Amino acid sequence: MSADQVIQLEKVNKWYDDFHVLKDIDLTVVKGQKIVICGPSGSGKSTMIRCINRLEAHQQGKIVVHGTELTNDLKNIDLIRKNVGMVFQQFNLFPHLSVLDNISLAPIWVKKMPKKEAEEIAMSYLEKVKIPEQAQKFPGQLSGGQQQRVAIARSLAMNPDIMLFDEPTSALDPEMIKEVLDVMIQLANEGMTMLVVTHEMGFAKTVADQMIFMDEGKIVEQAKPDDFFNNPQSDRTKLFLSQILNH
Amino acid sequence: MSESLTLSHNKYISWCRNNLFSSWINGIITILSLYFIYEVSTFFLNWTIFEADFVNNFRGEKITDRTFCSKNIEPGQHGACWAIIIVRFHQFIYGFYPVEEAWRVNLVYGLLPFALVGIFFDKVPFRKYFIYFTFLFPFIGYFLLYGGAGLDIVGTSKWGGLLVTLFLGVTGILLAFPLSIVLALGRRSKMPVIKTFCIIFIEFIRGVPLITLLFTANVMLPLFLPEGVRPDNLLRALVAVTLFQSAYMAEAIRGGLQAIPRGQLEAAQSLGLTYWQSTRKIILPQALKISIPPIVNTCIGLFKDTSLVLIIGLFDLLGVGRAAVADIDWAKLHYEVYVFISLVFFIFCFGMSRYSLYLEKKLKTDNS
Repeated sequence: MSADQVIQLEKVNKWYDDFHVLKDIDLTVVKGQKIVICGPSGSGKSTMIRCINRLEAHQQGKIVVHGTELTNDLKNIDLIRKNVGMVFQQFNLFPHLSVLDNISLAPIWVKKMPKKEAEEIAMSYLEKVKIPEQAQKFPGQLSGGQQQRVAIARSLAMNPDIMLFDEPTSALDPEMIKEVLDVMIQLANEGMTMLVVTHEMGFAKTVADQMIFMDEGKIVEQAKPDDFFNNPQSDRTKLFLSQILNH
Repeated sequence: MSESLTLSHNKYISWCRNNLFSSWINGIITILSLYFIYEVSTFFLNWTIFEADFVNNFRGEKITDRTFCSKNIEPGQHGACWAIIIVRFHQFIYGFYPVEEAWRVNLVYGLLPFALVGIFFDKVPFRKYFIYFTFLFPFIGYFLLYGGAGLDIVGTSKWGGLLVTLFLGVTGILLAFPLSIVLALGRRSKMPVIKTFCIIFIEFIRGVPLITLLFTANVMLPLFLPEGVRPDNLLRALVAVTLFQSAYMAEAIRGGLQAIPRGQLEAAQSLGLTYWQSTRKIILPQALKISIPPIVNTCIGLFKDTSLVLIIGLFDLLGVGRAAVADIDWAKLHYEVYVFISLVFFIFCFGMSRYSLYLEKKLKTDNS
């Protein structure tokens, strides 16, 4: 494994009881790479990125992140989670904490940072996502787009090397999607390694180095965006693209 | 008359018309209800206050036994005879606690609000010191009540009345609270042994009546302990009450835990928080908030259930009341005694219910 490879999946298989969700997934992610994953619902794309920070456990195969293999060893899991940020479809902000506390919580408790320093970092990331004035509010008082930007800031405050995005704009009203995508584009331009599950094909064309199309638990097609959109190889990909691009 | 006053007067009349007399049937029901309320409340107020005896009877004689009660001198013409409560007031509040030592109990009652204020209200000045005091209070309270180191020892067999009721209720609830959190978390644990243990414990305790637990604690506990170790009667009851309450509270808290979306734990874990950190900072604060109404519900239930200890020979408020009724000098004053006891229980339970409403309201505004 070369030093540049930050994530490696080898023959990863996963079952929910009898249901085979992931079938022989192979994937290599290089430092700084932006990978966009698309596919119909139930194709296993969310499950795959949730396996990378062990929110789901795989049953066969090997997942290596930063040279550490994911096993049941809690130490390894904690180590990987500290370096891998995740943004969820439903934001999952902590409703009982203010925006500032949402962001400074993990630096204080996981990195044992002094409260004042953690809050300064939290403010700097709130400025980065352009909502520093919301620091004292509670998540319930923010719009969906603002909440998702807080969630991104919360992940960034742990200073991760890799960011996983699980359909970050799917729960948003259309007029709020752009403000979240803008933050993600800015992040991509700064060189963050990103795995993004999304159907925002405009975003994919702008930032992706690699496109992945998944169906029925398998990676059906993996290509550069140009080839992927203009010259897809498999019929399944063609059908999917025609459906989501022409509505 | 100013204009605004006329306006509010009109508003009042129109409110009555709309709500009380909107139709013939509504009007009749309103009048009948008012008549009923009038009859019941005048009867009750006359009986409890206006036609009642307190220290002296209607002839002005001091009441020293039941024969001096006005209602026993002129049957059917007078109200309650509260002298039985007044004469035995010490027993109702302290049980058989020596009169000259009663200041110790009063001091504990007086300190109790200071021990509770820190955990009940979060915006009190010097809250930190109040919380320190909360943790010291059980030791101070026990030392004051039981004695030792300069104070005369007053065995728990002499404790009684409200003291026993409050001791079992307050201590039982406070001890059960942390235990119930552990049980609720254990029941949702992925570790099969812990999970099974918690399920069996909760289901067993919930599946038997409190009286059975009290008997068990009283009769069977000593069988399991080494020869010569005879734990105090009151402590045995406290163990039973605490276990009973913890099982019920655990289920209330588990309900709250189940209401927290899975994403909350996942978000916490993806940030690198450990299980305990996620539980303490993210899951429990939200779950406990949701559980406040059912938790207070079980607390009110338990507070009243403490009166069952009279069956294992402890003289709580109800026990003292029954002793008073059985006293040959005061016999047959059942109403007075039970109304008084009901009132005392009501004050505490109503207080708990109000506090839970206050808490719900406060937490709701915290994060609208």
